[in-house]
Amino acid sequence: MSKKFLILIVLICFFGVYNYLVYTQSQPPTKPLLSTNALQGQKLWQDNNCNSCHQFYGLGGYLGPDITNVYSLKGGDFINAMLNSGISTMPLFHFSDLEKQNIITFLKEVDSTGFYPDKKSIIHKNGWVEISEK
Amino acid sequence: MKSKAPLLFIITAIASLITAISFGIIATLQYVQFDFLKPFLTFNKVRPMHVTGALSWVLLSAIGGIYYYLQKDGLLKKQLLVSYHFIIFLLTGIGIYTCYALGIFGGKEYLEFPPILIIPILIGWFLFAYNVIGSLLNGFTKRPVYFWMWCTGSVFMIYHLSEAYIWLTPYFKDKFLANTALQWKAGGSFVGSWNMLVYGTATYVMAKLSPTSGVGTDKKSFFFYFLGLSNLMFGWAHHVYLIPIAPWIRYFAYLVSMTEWILLISIIYSWKKSLNFNTTIENKVVIKFLSSTDKWVLINLFVALLISIPAINYYTHGTHVTVAHSMGTTIGINTTILLASIAYIVQKENPNFNFKLVLKGLTFFNIALILFLITLLVAGASRSQWMYALEPSAFAAMQYKLKTVYLIMAILGSLLTTTILVMVLPLFKGLMKALRG
Ligand code: HEC
Repeated sequence: MSKKFLILIVLICFFGVYNYLVYTQSQPPTKPLLSTNALQGQKLWQDNNCNSCHQFYGLGGYLGPDITNVYSLKGGDFINAMLNSGISTMPLFHFSDLEKQNIITFLKEVDSTGFYPDKKSIIHKNGWVEISEK
Repeated sequence: MKSKAPLLFIITAIASLITAISFGIIATLQYVQFDFLKPFLTFNKVRPMHVTGALSWVLLSAIGGIYYYLQKDGLLKKQLLVSYHFIIFLLTGIGIYTCYALGIFGGKEYLEFPPILIIPILIGWFLFAYNVIGSLLNGFTKRPVYFWMWCTGSVFMIYHLSEAYIWLTPYFKDKFLANTALQWKAGGSFVGSWNMLVYGTATYVMAKLSPTSGVGTDKKSFFFYFLGLSNLMFGWAHHVYLIPIAPWIRYFAYLVSMTEWILLISIIYSWKKSLNFNTTIENKVVIKFLSSTDKWVLINLFVALLISIPAINYYTHGTHVTVAHSMGTTIGINTTILLASIAYIVQKENPNFNFKLVLKGLTFFNIALILFLITLLVAGASRSQWMYALEPSAFAAMQYKLKTVYLIMAILGSLLTTTILVMVLPLFKGLMKALRG
């Protein structure tokens, strides 16, 4: 076998092991799982492409604010009032009460996973950033 | 008979590029004037239309080029499959845009279309991988590096496109953090895979222009291939430094990202040498594009390396600095390579083609792009300052304050669009002529 091919095979084996570890370990066991209602809310989040304007943990489009912690900062009633408001660039949605409740549950459970932006992070000398735990 | 489908891929790629920039301008205008085109074409439709156009531009022109080169070198085994591949992608693309226009989503970021549509996309990639690998399998280990890049790129493309749908599986369904991480793993490595296709194309063209240089066959080419491949596999996690997933994944990514400094240093080291081609008049345009690529690689790699350091990423993440990085690489690096490839093809098809206008466009394109990227960096820095300010102010107030910056962004975006059109419209015409001829 050629040396180059061997390197390729070794890399792919590493990749296999790495993927297994990432798939099984990326969610720390202490973090909550989404409830059925939150999954319904997540579906509405995707079906309406809310992510094109909003971010969780800074990931998403930037036309609207990051809403990782909107639940703990502003509360369910505030979100409820926002959803069908058509405020600013936000499209005018017509969610039912149940749908709004599911979205709020989703946002609440996302909120419980951590902080963003995390102003209490510790920046180390080697360039590493230690994020705070919720 | 030789299939014309490779040219059709490239022609459709240019149409996608024009689509991408049109929706890009609409998107920036919505930053300036919040009710622009509301309620018909809200930002949740415009953004995926813009991004899908840009992705299609890169992927279709890379695919078309690869088919074309394999065909030209007499290696391509299955001509008919190329046409099937084209038809599948064309119909799927029309389907995707129809969904976006009607506001039908359901997917995750960058793949916002209803998940079912990934099936024909995967079938298309299977046909591509089967055809490319099948054509090159004979004596594979002795083949030049660009063939390795195309083969591995197509296989990893299939892997990571499938991985992007892992959130649909019962095991992952309710794990929000794992899904977010894996979405970015898949996305980051997907970009790594397309870079394999695109950089492979650049290497192919360079090797053809300078057959004695050793580009594509020497040890160094393979060293960088393996470095790129390791980064494709393991270097995605700088997107998720700030998400509370298992820390080792983020730490490992930090280490892997930093290996790219080798690349940067090597580029600076071989700066002059890499431009030392035997330039003939006909090759001039291709070389001009590739030497633009060289400069953009340098600039973008530097930015990418900086924002891969967690302490810097902490401030730039979640702002337009990230957009500057992604647009800088797709437009600056990928687009100049792909235009070099297209110019090379146009010149092969029409030896008397006049590239004067294209070259003029390139000069202004480089200027417009650098200014555009600087504006994005300014917008990003302002947002970061707002995010981490001690006295928090309302989001709307921050957006209002940035209005002038967004306006400049829109103006420069239009300028950039114009320069892109000046380059691609003549090439488009040249390709149409080749298609008819
Ligand atoms: C076209 C862009 C856009 C889309 C799509 C969009 N939003 Fe918004 N949203 C905004 C903007 C802009 C604001 C900020 C309004 C303001 O405060 O001026 C906002 C505000 C919010 C807020 C309040 C945030 C805060 O901190 O004050 C919530 C909650 C919200 N949106 C949820 C959603 C959900 C859920 C969806 C999808 C169903 C969605 N948005 C879709 C643009 C959008």
